[in-house]
Amino acid sequence: MNRRDIIDGLKGGAVIALSTTPFAVLFGAVAVDNGLSIVEAGLMSATIYAGASQLVGIELFGQQVAPWLIVLSIFAVNFRHVLYSAAIARHIRGYSFWQKAVAFFFLIDPQFAESIRRAETGKPVSFAWYMAFGLIIYVSWLLFSVLGAWFGSMLGDPKVWAIDVLLPIYFLGLVIGFRRKPGFYPVVAASMVGSMAGFHLVGSPWHVSIGAICGVAVAALLPLPQKPDQSAEVTH
Amino acid sequence: MDDLSTVWLILAAAAATYLTRIGGYALITRMRTMPPRLEQALNAVPAAVLTTLWAPAFFNSGWDVRLALIVAALVSLRYPGLIMLAAGWAAAMAARHLFGL
Repeated sequence: MNRRDIIDGLKGGAVIALSTTPFAVLFGAVAVDNGLSIVEAGLMSATIYAGASQLVGIELFGQQVAPWLIVLSIFAVNFRHVLYSAAIARHIRGYSFWQKAVAFFFLIDPQFAESIRRAETGKPVSFAWYMAFGLIIYVSWLLFSVLGAWFGSMLGDPKVWAIDVLLPIYFLGLVIGFRRKPGFYPVVAASMVGSMAGFHLVGSPWHVSIGAICGVAVAALLPLPQKPDQSAEVTH
Repeated sequence: MDDLSTVWLILAAAAATYLTRIGGYALITRMRTMPPRLEQALNAVPAAVLTTLWAPAFFNSGWDVRLALIVAALVSLRYPGLIMLAAGWAAAMAARHLFGL
């Protein structure tokens, strides 16, 4: 069973690892282009491990922006993870303290989405599955970031090879995968309007947090299902 | 910016990111029961957040990106992720190199 979980995790993780490869290469290339060394680009991927925020950070590194503002911007882009770790809590009750501490480091968008999907299909979100899934993505992310930095500008203009459309397509696909959830359409509409308003009125990267808050607020205000669930116990 | 301060900046950003990844858990485990509305809100988190990551690309870009996203969305209703990714990518390539969008 444990073995089964590991194989499941590696299989699922490999698909994500493959689809994040272009972004890892892109990140590495852009990082070097903005004055970071290969080691520094690798350090970012190894310690921050959050693609969109790494690209935001890189963009600010290239400008004359105060360091605390760079950290704050990365924090803002990654703020969504607060919601992830809250939402995933009930599925990882069986983990020990240190297993949780390690697992949360790997809590990226697809890790969260797949963990929830797995839990909803009734399979256990075991530590073995979680780490197999996470580590194959992590290793590939790190490896291809460094390779991308190595090749630097050899990629040329990412638009020529349509590399720039892969990330939004990937996120859109994840969203569409949730279309059968209750309240899906009002939530997505609110998040869309909120993020675009945030984008134009406040600016990037705040549109991420603003849009997310709008979508989540609408979900909280939507009528509850007719047969209300008993409030779920949350164990410590 | 010298090399050492760049490294410290990266580590500070990493610490801030890790805080966001444990923060929600730390908050939610302080509550004994989960109110149904909070649960409903948490269920909406993935769709709400991930939408903000593609919406600007759709609304702020040209028709090349829009076409790619529309094609990918339609394909994703029937086919798995990598096929959707390939279809969207092919649509963007065609839009840029064949139709000059």
